[in-house]
Amino acid sequence: MGEQAGDRRIVIEPVTRVEGHGKVTILLDEQGRVRQARLHVVEFRGFERFIQGRPYWEMPVAVQRLCGICPVSHHLCAAKAVDHIVGADRLTPTADKVRRLMHHGQFFQSHALHFFYLAAPDLLFGFGSDVLARNVIGVARAHPELAKRGILMRKWGQEIIRVTSGKRIHGTGAIPGGVNKNVSLAERDEALRDLPQMIEWAQAAVGLAKDYTLSHLDELADFGSFESSHLSIVRSDGALDLYDGNLRAIDADGRTIFDGVAPARYADVLAEDVKPWSYMKFPFIRDLGPDDGWYRVGPLSRMNTCAFIDTPLAEAARREFRAITGPRPCHVTMAYHWARMIETLHAAEKIGELLHDSDLQGSDLVVRGERRSEGVGIVEAPRGTLFHHYRVDDDDLVTMCNLIVSTTSNNVPMNRAVESVARKYLSGREITEGLLNHVEVAIRAYDPCLSCATHAMGQMPLEVDLLDADGRLVDRRVRDGS
Amino acid sequence: MSNASVHANRPSSLTITIDGREVNAVRGQTILEAAEAAGVWIPRLCHFPGLEEFGGCRVCVVVANGRSCASCTQPVAPGMVVENETEQVLETRRAIIEMLLVEGNHFCMFCEKSGRCELQALAYRLGITASRFDALWPKREVDASHPDVLIDRNRCILCSRCVRASRDFDGKHVFHFAGRGAHKRIVVNSSGSLADTSVASADRALEVCPVGSILPKRRGYDVPVGARTFDVAPIGAGTERARPEESR
Repeated sequence: MGEQAGDRRIVIEPVTRVEGHGKVTILLDEQGRVRQARLHVVEFRGFERFIQGRPYWEMPVAVQRLCGICPVSHHLCAAKAVDHIVGADRLTPTADKVRRLMHHGQFFQSHALHFFYLAAPDLLFGFGSDVLARNVIGVARAHPELAKRGILMRKWGQEIIRVTSGKRIHGTGAIPGGVNKNVSLAERDEALRDLPQMIEWAQAAVGLAKDYTLSHLDELADFGSFESSHLSIVRSDGALDLYDGNLRAIDADGRTIFDGVAPARYADVLAEDVKPWSYMKFPFIRDLGPDDGWYRVGPLSRMNTCAFIDTPLAEAARREFRAITGPRPCHVTMAYHWARMIETLHAAEKIGELLHDSDLQGSDLVVRGERRSEGVGIVEAPRGTLFHHYRVDDDDLVTMCNLIVSTTSNNVPMNRAVESVARKYLSGREITEGLLNHVEVAIRAYDPCLSCATHAMGQMPLEVDLLDADGRLVDRRVRDGS
Repeated sequence: MSNASVHANRPSSLTITIDGREVNAVRGQTILEAAEAAGVWIPRLCHFPGLEEFGGCRVCVVVANGRSCASCTQPVAPGMVVENETEQVLETRRAIIEMLLVEGNHFCMFCEKSGRCELQALAYRLGITASRFDALWPKREVDASHPDVLIDRNRCILCSRCVRASRDFDGKHVFHFAGRGAHKRIVVNSSGSLADTSVASADRALEVCPVGSILPKRRGYDVPVGARTFDVAPIGAGTERARPEESR
């Protein structure tokens, strides 16, 4: 359904309070009805190409530069792929636990960032509230305690990353076959000091997200929501495992599409499509085909795919979450926020569990085995399932790299959400900034990382041009974000 | 009267001044050596202790008796007045480092030599956050054909340390220069492929590389951030720590 004579085009560019740069185009017909709405990712990153010809041991450090928000996810995913290349099928307990600690620190800080900085303005003040207050500064003014928690939770997560990787952002902890450092007792004690406070605050955040979702459920149930398949990795016993496991996909009714698929076999069950209007690829489940095979990933999907969570507070929270929809998966797009906070609580519990494990102080850091020419790594990143796949030649140089990042998997779902919200809230109305923000709210639920690299953080202006059929400007609304 | 007898009559010790401070030196020393012995650090990239001087990188530039020169090759002379840390000298060094940074393809953010790289460490110490010059983005080759050693020419600064170390330390003559000007590059003394040379990962030619150009394979990032050479102390700190207490 393309542009037709008489259509008006609205562009939201850039989409704010998301990671990276994207824009939304909305086509209105002569009656002002939404004909089409799309999220475009306008950045081109090219990592898959320019990493070719580089030594494989550079991958965990080089490819993490894709992102400044969850580089740890790329760092560990690449490291897991490269583990296979160096024949390290089973890491030492110290290496495995140091990496898991780093990963959960990443989840904690990334989820806190999204909830408290990026999503909170919409949830606290309303989607169409005063734009001058609907930002992180507004949150800090109206709810200073909440804003402070967001900052300190993020800081704690980043400290966990620092003690495991050497730096808060873009460290080097994971190396082929293991890690380059353990966690000292001093580092452990420093992190443990704030653990009880972090668990308490994470519990409070779960409560906040739950109360918000339940008290607005009538409105949210229909807000950019739709039935879909869901995908993630899960542990062999079905537990939520953010670091390692096999692929599981379920349909909209919760029936298994596939389960127990080892990471190395991902291409047997998933394929990727390309479209002319976006630099993102469109992955799909092979058996369902390119049109119906799209699926969702991320916190909501993980609550749907996992059988249980192996930490008690998060498991209790998950049960409450799942009780809303009974045996069926939850498809409410805005419930991503609630699910995200359950995972934040789980991450804090896991960090506590790991910090009390003396394996963290072990000195056996690296294993190597029989060299292979190919490796696939999969982790659950904060935004969803992340795939890294490399092939290397006999000279140790990378010849092929394929990355499927979480936001790519959520590409079709985000476009569906955008279209659904645009049709419901914009059709036939005078377009206002507040109405346009509804479209962005639906996108933000997914916490997309559009480039995996840059920050918008509410500082960028929103400019919407209304053009007539001849391309003449008939109306312009500008939101100055500075 | 022979030259030998002339020299024999001249005292071997002499005095120079570096940035206004009197420094004892020995006839035959270079300015860089005399400064080093006195605990005064002069930046350098091609100079390496025990290797014949090359005088190629020019990072050790000083002003001696009013004239710019490479301190690694300029011998000391009695009463010589050396400017080492004047703004003019520092600015010349910054310009040289910035030119080196744009001449190759230097990506510190994922380079395995990061934290141990002398070029990076010099840039930090001289306060360089970005180069004033446009990057040239040259197309350079990686030779990973050898099972244990890799050359990444993207990062080579043509300092010739590997050429001299392979010849004088390792006794192998593995590395040489080929080409001129912008086309000058490091080559190996075989079919052109590193795999066909006698290089080994334990060769000192690898150890002396100031940047991440000649590397032992599969060891990248094994030292954690915080424990790498220049995480522990900035470049030059070792020389400066050795400076006599009374002259600091």
